[in-house]
Amino acid sequence: MNDADKKRLLREMMFFRRFEDRTFEAYMERKVGGFLHLYSGQEAVATGVLEMANVGKGQENDYVITGYRDHIHAIKTGAQPREVMAELYGKETGSSKGRGGSMHIFDASQNFMGGYALVGQPFPLAAGLAMAAKHKGSDQIAICFLGDGANNQGTFHETMNMASVWELPVLFVCENNLYAIGTHIDRSTAVRDQYKRVCSYDMKASQHDGMDIDTVMEAAKEAVDYVRNEQKPYFIEFMTYRYRGHSMSDAKGYRTKDEEEVWMKRDPIRLYSERLIEAGLVTDDEIKSMEKEILDEIENDVVKFAEESPEPKVEDLNKYVLDDNPDPRWIGPLQK
Amino acid sequence: MAETAYWEAIRRAHDEEMANDSMVIAMGEDIGVVGGTYKATSGLYDKYGPQRIIDTPISENSYTGIGIGASMAGMRPVIEIMSINFALLALDTLINAAAKIRYMSGGQLQCPIVMRTPGGTAHQLAAQHSARLARMFMSTSGLRVVTPRSPMDAYGMLKSAIRSNDPVIIIEHEQMYNLKEDIPDEEFFRPLEGAEIVREGTDITLIGYNFSVHLCLEAAKRLEADGISAEVVDLRVLKPIDRETIRTSVEKTHRVVVAEEDEAPVGVGSEIITGIIEDCFFALDSQPVRIHAADVPVPYNAKLEKAAIPSADDVYHGALKALGKI
Repeated sequence: MNDADKKRLLREMMFFRRFEDRTFEAYMERKVGGFLHLYSGQEAVATGVLEMANVGKGQENDYVITGYRDHIHAIKTGAQPREVMAELYGKETGSSKGRGGSMHIFDASQNFMGGYALVGQPFPLAAGLAMAAKHKGSDQIAICFLGDGANNQGTFHETMNMASVWELPVLFVCENNLYAIGTHIDRSTAVRDQYKRVCSYDMKASQHDGMDIDTVMEAAKEAVDYVRNEQKPYFIEFMTYRYRGHSMSDAKGYRTKDEEEVWMKRDPIRLYSERLIEAGLVTDDEIKSMEKEILDEIENDVVKFAEESPEPKVEDLNKYVLDDNPDPRWIGPLQK
Repeated sequence: MAETAYWEAIRRAHDEEMANDSMVIAMGEDIGVVGGTYKATSGLYDKYGPQRIIDTPISENSYTGIGIGASMAGMRPVIEIMSINFALLALDTLINAAAKIRYMSGGQLQCPIVMRTPGGTAHQLAAQHSARLARMFMSTSGLRVVTPRSPMDAYGMLKSAIRSNDPVIIIEHEQMYNLKEDIPDEEFFRPLEGAEIVREGTDITLIGYNFSVHLCLEAAKRLEADGISAEVVDLRVLKPIDRETIRTSVEKTHRVVVAEEDEAPVGVGSEIITGIIEDCFFALDSQPVRIHAADVPVPYNAKLEKAAIPSADDVYHGALKALGKI
């Protein structure tokens, strides 16, 4: 990875942090409704893993799918930040035309196959995407990001089993942030190390630091290459931490300030910026001007676009329920 | 024309559609090496191989989800659920995902899956193998629900369902798999929308779907012997309901019986009769009659089971009631 790429990665993570902070502000201003789950603290995982995958290339992309904490995964896969923000605002120009909202970002043009609100549901969908890629003889793989909480769903075990027995090219990325909503992993789950849980499915698995993007990228490269080349599944776990509550209704009363401080000392953006400064690739001043640029871009492009976009038309309420242009040969109606 | 059993019709539809489009696959428990509990995919494993006729583990929710994921990337999976009771396990991926993905994505993605499953009572299979549940699926936005009563429809609607871009639930019936009928040798399709008048009459309309159409036809024969001309409507499709065909028939006969094998509360009959009241209330000469299963889990004991499930006799007596004869 060259120096320019390193600087770009730092900027991306800074952008993602600011994007999420800005959605928080918009939520407080009641411009964003529903549930809002923010990714701050976990940026190194999605950024690092997807940096090692095929993203940003439209239909050639790997398939990416995740849960409801999905804004950043969508953007890193190739979705336009302004369209993701417009979606949060419920606008017609949003990535899901205002029909999905924060938890259901989709960008089919970039093979970002969605954010899902049923914990554990993306496991089988990801395996199905991988099955299709393999069936078509493409070298695409499917990448499924979920939290540790999802692993207590039956779909986790069912899908690990089938992905393994059918040798599907799918990478399961477990973002272990230690909490399933507000319940600590030690109180809900028999083992803290999630990668150990897949050993009964004869699947390759490993665990890594999820706060250091260099570590993430190194591990992810090996995993992505394995899935693509061997056409087999891989389960990779990253230990990470979300700074904000599970969603906006969450006051974080279930954890201590001390615990938060321990993790924030290893903030992924701080770790990486310090490393790049130390290596002489970037200066404090440059970082400050990057911050300013990002603030400006998010305010004057991303948010402005969302604010100024039109809402969906009420007369379009019934669009997209079923195929809006069905073929009468199959659909009919029956000729009397 | 060749005499074809209901199961053979389904098998033929699979075979032709798999030959026509390499993106069509089938998945389910025991559908490959064994050929399917009702033989609906027999012989196809040898012809198309394990990559396209996929024997799944007993993991309904996730293999349905895998089918859905594959469909989002362009495949057309036909998912067999051995009994509609087991479909309850797959409701998360079916209803929370397949039925909603087109909408949630603002029309960017579609889930062209077919889920085939027998939904009805057979003989003494007891409560956990005798569910019907048609009424549950027909209340879900984003699904198509069809209920073929004959080999013609079983073949032609499966072919249409595979080509349709929507998730389609096909509710079959354990007591119909051996039902035989002559069907054309040439390929044909039967549409996924529209009810059908399967017997014309002038005095009363008997409405059924799936197996209950046969109860209606039998009741109509008995009514004919009494000098009463009954029209029989096969709904064919529970979602979307063809209200126009029902209205036209009721405006002709002025009396109506709806026969379903589902239980009554919030049943198919409730929906059909509500539609009749909304569409042609003043055409009715008597109150509509619902024939339905008892509101109990289906019992094992044969005598109790018979009492729980509607029969042709029940439909016949329901018609006499609607006609004011009892």
